[in-house]
Amino acid sequence: MSEYNISHLQELEAESIHIIREVAAEFENPVMLYSIGKDSSVMVRLAEKAFAPGKVPFPLMHIDSKWKFREMIEFRDNYAKQFGWNLIVESNMEAFNAGVGPFTHGSKVHTDLMKTKALLDALGKYKFDAAFGGARRDEEKSRAKERIFSFRDRFQQWDPKNQRPELWDIYNSRIHKGESIRVFPLSNWTELDVWQYIRLENIPIVPLYFAKERPCVEIDGNLIMADDDRLPKELVPKIHNRMVRFRTLGCWPLTGAVESNATTIEEIVEEMMTTTKSERTTRVIDFDQEASMEQKKREGYF
Amino acid sequence: MDKSLDIKAFLDADEKKDLLRLLTAGSVDDGKSTLIGRLLFDSKKLYEDQLTALERDSKRVGNAGAGQIDYALLLDGLKAEREEGITIDVAYRYFSTNARKFIIADTPGHEQYTRNMITGGSTANLAIILVDARTGVITQTRRHTYLVSLLGIKHIVLAVNKMDLVDFDEQVFNRIKDEYLSLTARLGIDDVTCFPLSALDGDNVVERSTRTPWYQGKALLDFLETVPIHQDRNMKDFRYPVQYVLRPNLDFRGFSGKIASGIVREGDEIVALPSMKRSHVKNIVTYEGNLKEAFCPQCVTLTLEDEIDISRGEMLVHPDNLPHIGRCFETMLVWMDEEPMNRGKQFFLKHNTNTTRATIDKVCYRVDVNTMEQLEGTDFKLNEIGMVQITTAKTLFFDDYATNRATGSFILIDPITNNTCAVGMIRRPLAEEDREQDQLPVINLTSLGIRPEEEAVVEKVVKDLSRQGIEIKIVKQ
Repeated sequence: MSEYNISHLQELEAESIHIIREVAAEFENPVMLYSIGKDSSVMVRLAEKAFAPGKVPFPLMHIDSKWKFREMIEFRDNYAKQFGWNLIVESNMEAFNAGVGPFTHGSKVHTDLMKTKALLDALGKYKFDAAFGGARRDEEKSRAKERIFSFRDRFQQWDPKNQRPELWDIYNSRIHKGESIRVFPLSNWTELDVWQYIRLENIPIVPLYFAKERPCVEIDGNLIMADDDRLPKELVPKIHNRMVRFRTLGCWPLTGAVESNATTIEEIVEEMMTTTKSERTTRVIDFDQEASMEQKKREGYF
Repeated sequence: MDKSLDIKAFLDADEKKDLLRLLTAGSVDDGKSTLIGRLLFDSKKLYEDQLTALERDSKRVGNAGAGQIDYALLLDGLKAEREEGITIDVAYRYFSTNARKFIIADTPGHEQYTRNMITGGSTANLAIILVDARTGVITQTRRHTYLVSLLGIKHIVLAVNKMDLVDFDEQVFNRIKDEYLSLTARLGIDDVTCFPLSALDGDNVVERSTRTPWYQGKALLDFLETVPIHQDRNMKDFRYPVQYVLRPNLDFRGFSGKIASGIVREGDEIVALPSMKRSHVKNIVTYEGNLKEAFCPQCVTLTLEDEIDISRGEMLVHPDNLPHIGRCFETMLVWMDEEPMNRGKQFFLKHNTNTTRATIDKVCYRVDVNTMEQLEGTDFKLNEIGMVQITTAKTLFFDDYATNRATGSFILIDPITNNTCAVGMIRRPLAEEDREQDQLPVINLTSLGIRPEEEAVVEKVVKDLSRQGIEIKIVKQ
């Protein structure tokens, strides 16, 4: 029987494809949330695999906080065009026009308005009944307990104390009007699995993941890349070129770079295996308050 | 990891590792979270900043002694749980060694949380049952072991923890081991391995301890890395629940799905259930190209030699190896909902890719999970388990859970709250003659005067409704 062995990555891939197809079959109007990060890139590839040789039967949606790295936006647009994706981009224009941003309003207000509210508004606008997200359970403690099909009430809220039992590979997709399900096909993947898969499948990722000399300034212990001219004037003289890369991607003022010389996936993995920091430490928003991610998730943020 | 590490070689080896899913069961006091924390810590998966956060949290809310790291805090993710000092739901943890990748489902031990243990254990290959060496096999141990046997988990580890508190006494260990083995023998579980541990100090967790010279077995982690699991999959009975019909263009018509069990090869003769129409597998299509054969649990798309009408919910199997085909069966049922069972209700039942209406016709008996005695068959409340008889509106294609986990399991959904209110493990089919037939509503196309060119539209609507669990029969006469 030995030839019928299956590796952990093949098993995870099959689990994810099954989840993605189940959503396409059971929901009327699903959407795949695309953050442009490495996990999203893997999720999108899995969706392409799930329906090959056909086209993926749902759109991608990016919630643009208007403070993303420029290279991310460029990558997003090229990717969607090259692979023929139906891409929806939504932003909270009202808050943006009012001048909301992380430097002026702080990370909490910025995240609440430009990410959480923008997402909730967009889900409501298109009446999506299922939304895929690329979150993994190994990322953060409150995610470790979330179901693969995560029920949201009509206010898009998560109730960690009242989750539906989820057994075997049978997913309960029944909802009432206005309610929805967030679906996490990568729940059981680890950071290393994601990198390994990107390497084996040659999945394109944003160049920001690889080390390069970039203009950086230190803010509260985080190495922030000056990505556009919205950096506060007083910080401009403090910009230095540093050899850095990013372990996660988000809004540039809220995403710390790490000093690195890793320019290939192998070098990134080597760095990851020998590093002493886990990936979300470079995310400023996680440290707002204890259990802050759980709080954000309850409110509807992924 | 040393500097001479060849990262390519590491990644190539990592790629080939297999995956072991394990369940841990025991109470807060058995040191379960400490054991898991130890496995994660000693397998060097803990990053420094998680450790720093842990030290900070230990000072604030930790239950370990002053200055000691409370490994349990690593696992108790949610704020509410941290305040109560207990794990209240299933938490998943990931670690890997040079030999294998692991997913741990950590579930709580309290009686009211049987629901969570069943949830965490449904995909597990192996279960670790913890007991405190000072108390040995207790009621809770029996309950956990019963649930593990109900879920059909093939391998059990009995972790006799806190051996340091009984001076690593061999006789204490042997007494607990013997008592436990007589319990598992009664439940028909044959693969049981017992370990004398101290999770707090690390004895026999990753390395054999010098404090148990009388113990000749492996350390726990060594065992977890080597226990063979591949033969646990059902590779005999090909079952392919059609999940999604792929029609990208007029020339391609494929049936996508995950192989629930068994193996399929190009050219195999298959039969589609329930139509019983036969054809042959033309191609096994994947993103990477066509395969000569595919096996469980791979996801593929099958194309057939003949044009047969097949939709989601139907099943492809080999003609010489059929599952049970029917609407009535006897099944173990675990009640998962706060709201007690109400037999007057019509539930939705989801089995593989089928959703259909279902009724609970009869409660045969309830099981006392502590003593495993059969009790009188009354309606179930949360966390109660027992044997029931169910009838579905739609014909299902199933096997008994003991031979096929994938086609022998189902969930029941409350029609009003949409909550998953119960889960089932099918025991045997029942003859339909002695059941009352469920009358499906009928649309008679002829008598309604529906023109032939409009029939396709009606059929599509009926199919859509059927996907939502509402069955209507179409007749033309």
